[in-house]
Amino acid sequence: MLLRLNQVSKNYKIGDAVIRALDQISLQVQEKEFLAIMGPSGSGKSTFLQVASMLAEPSEGEIFLNDVEVSAYNEIQRAHLRNKQIGFIFQSFNLLARTSALDNVLLPMFYAGEKTDSYKVKQKAKEMLERVGLGDRLYNTPAQLSGGQQQRVAIARALINDPSLIFADEPTGNLDSKSGEDIKKILKDLNKEGKTIIMVTHEEDVADIAKRRIVFKDGQVLSDDRKK
Amino acid sequence: MKITSVFPLALKSILLNKSRSFLTMLGVIIGVGSVVLLTSIGTGLQAYVTDQFASLGTNILYVVPGNPFENGGFGGETSMIESTKPVLKRRLYNQVIRNNRDLIKEGIVTGVNVAEAKYKKTTKKVTLYGVTSSYETVYNTKAESGKWFNATEEEKSERIILLGPKIAEELFGKVDPINKNILLNGQAYKVIGVLEEKGGGFGGPSFDNYVYIPLETLFKYFDTELIDSFVFEVRDKEQIKEATLAIEKTIGKELDEDEFSVFDQSQLLTTINSILGVLTVGLGGIAAISLVVGGIGIMNIMLVSVTERTREIGLRKALGATPNFILAQFLTEAAMLSIIGGLIGLVIAYLGSLALQPYFPAKVTMEAVVLAFGVSTAVGLIFGVAPAKRAAKLSPIEALRYE
Repeated sequence: MLLRLNQVSKNYKIGDAVIRALDQISLQVQEKEFLAIMGPSGSGKSTFLQVASMLAEPSEGEIFLNDVEVSAYNEIQRAHLRNKQIGFIFQSFNLLARTSALDNVLLPMFYAGEKTDSYKVKQKAKEMLERVGLGDRLYNTPAQLSGGQQQRVAIARALINDPSLIFADEPTGNLDSKSGEDIKKILKDLNKEGKTIIMVTHEEDVADIAKRRIVFKDGQVLSDDRKK
Repeated sequence: MKITSVFPLALKSILLNKSRSFLTMLGVIIGVGSVVLLTSIGTGLQAYVTDQFASLGTNILYVVPGNPFENGGFGGETSMIESTKPVLKRRLYNQVIRNNRDLIKEGIVTGVNVAEAKYKKTTKKVTLYGVTSSYETVYNTKAESGKWFNATEEEKSERIILLGPKIAEELFGKVDPINKNILLNGQAYKVIGVLEEKGGGFGGPSFDNYVYIPLETLFKYFDTELIDSFVFEVRDKEQIKEATLAIEKTIGKELDEDEFSVFDQSQLLTTINSILGVLTVGLGGIAAISLVVGGIGIMNIMLVSVTERTREIGLRKALGATPNFILAQFLTEAAMLSIIGGLIGLVIAYLGSLALQPYFPAKVTMEAVVLAFGVSTAVGLIFGVAPAKRAAKLSPIEALRYE
């Protein structure tokens, strides 16, 4: 089992009130799955993504990644885990400004302790960018790239350390429909190649590319359907 | 990841905001620049004073009434005039010379007074330096034009004077003063010589500003009997100690121990240098305040920078940066700003000291350089801690959500 959540809850404190954003979620994700997480705002889908991707600690419950309990990890262990095992694709791309596409893609390798000025490492980053169709844009900065191109740089960055799991948070949310289609196709292809993807979205047509659809409501799983 | 990899990262972010980085450094630049420049002036002054004393001769012994090293050292010209008790007698001087022919080559008796000098329409308040004719040889002070008075002229109390080059120029301008008469307190004296330049003074009393007058003339016409000092030229530098004891023994027969002092250049030099040393530290300390202000400037900008780059920090953390790495990155950035500022300040101080050199002895010392470098590094690290800690503590989720 790649990812297993067991009775996971997450509470937030806002002022004096405690808000339960996730309420005893239990969920299992196999390798090569493609999940679409849906639900209205406030349903807990974003919190689920943060907790499952090790960005946030769960308040209760256990999380296993490749059958290792990771929910008790400290901050440093979680940083290393995110670096090696998890790829992130954000709605607003989150590329470093005034930094070339190549250097953006190299960032996870830098934090993995690789020599980012070595030929081999650079070559790998170049290959990643070629794979998302940006082989001719290696040295462009985010300001010189369109939204769709920026998101493709972000996808290359998510792939560079060859993670077990890719989390995508509204990957087409900031894009026009044409660029959105390109991203959808790339994600679909990645899944076909064997990548496990967990994607939060509120758009039906985007959710359609996933093989499994989980709908959240009030911090709980409302439905969990697999495509036939 | 290696912690050394923060250096290129920190440097890059400094270079991304060139003008802001420079403005941030400005406080440290000014701080280090002023500390180094002011201490260089102080140490230069010490070196200059030492040189000046060496040029006056290192085999000279002074005998003065009382103890000038007590009560915080020399009070300058006024205290010389005010040391009123006429304890030093010509007779004592003669005894010292007579008893120590083997040690002492020559000597001078000096007295000081002030007078108003007038030539045509120019009036000046001047210091009259009453000396014996041996002054020329003991201090090796030649008359650049004219001549020195001799022992006979001195004994006869002739109304003749020599002028230091500065006072000569101030009174006479371009006119040749030799054989001209000037009025000292209304009485006429003939200028028989102008001395060569000795330099020094820095606005204080200088040998170039004195009016040199035969001691007997000073005593006869200026209502004083007060001998200011004896100056003895010891035959051999090595015999300074021996000569000091011999003089103390001869004079001690008639005077109490605390009524007179015998000292040489090195004692005088030590006193003056210790005063200049305190002055240097004081000036440097005042300038160091601006370094602290510079450090606060760095902290301010780093705090702004952490806020501005909240999203970037969140992203870096999401991609695997540990809190310690983020801490190191921002701390290094603050330290680099401060160190680069310190180096620029050092260069400016060095150029400043070069520019000053024609007018003022300034000397940038290795100690000042090391101190400035160390202090600017420390300033960067100390004032960088708070912003760096704030960055390291940011939660990746909060940071990524930050608009």
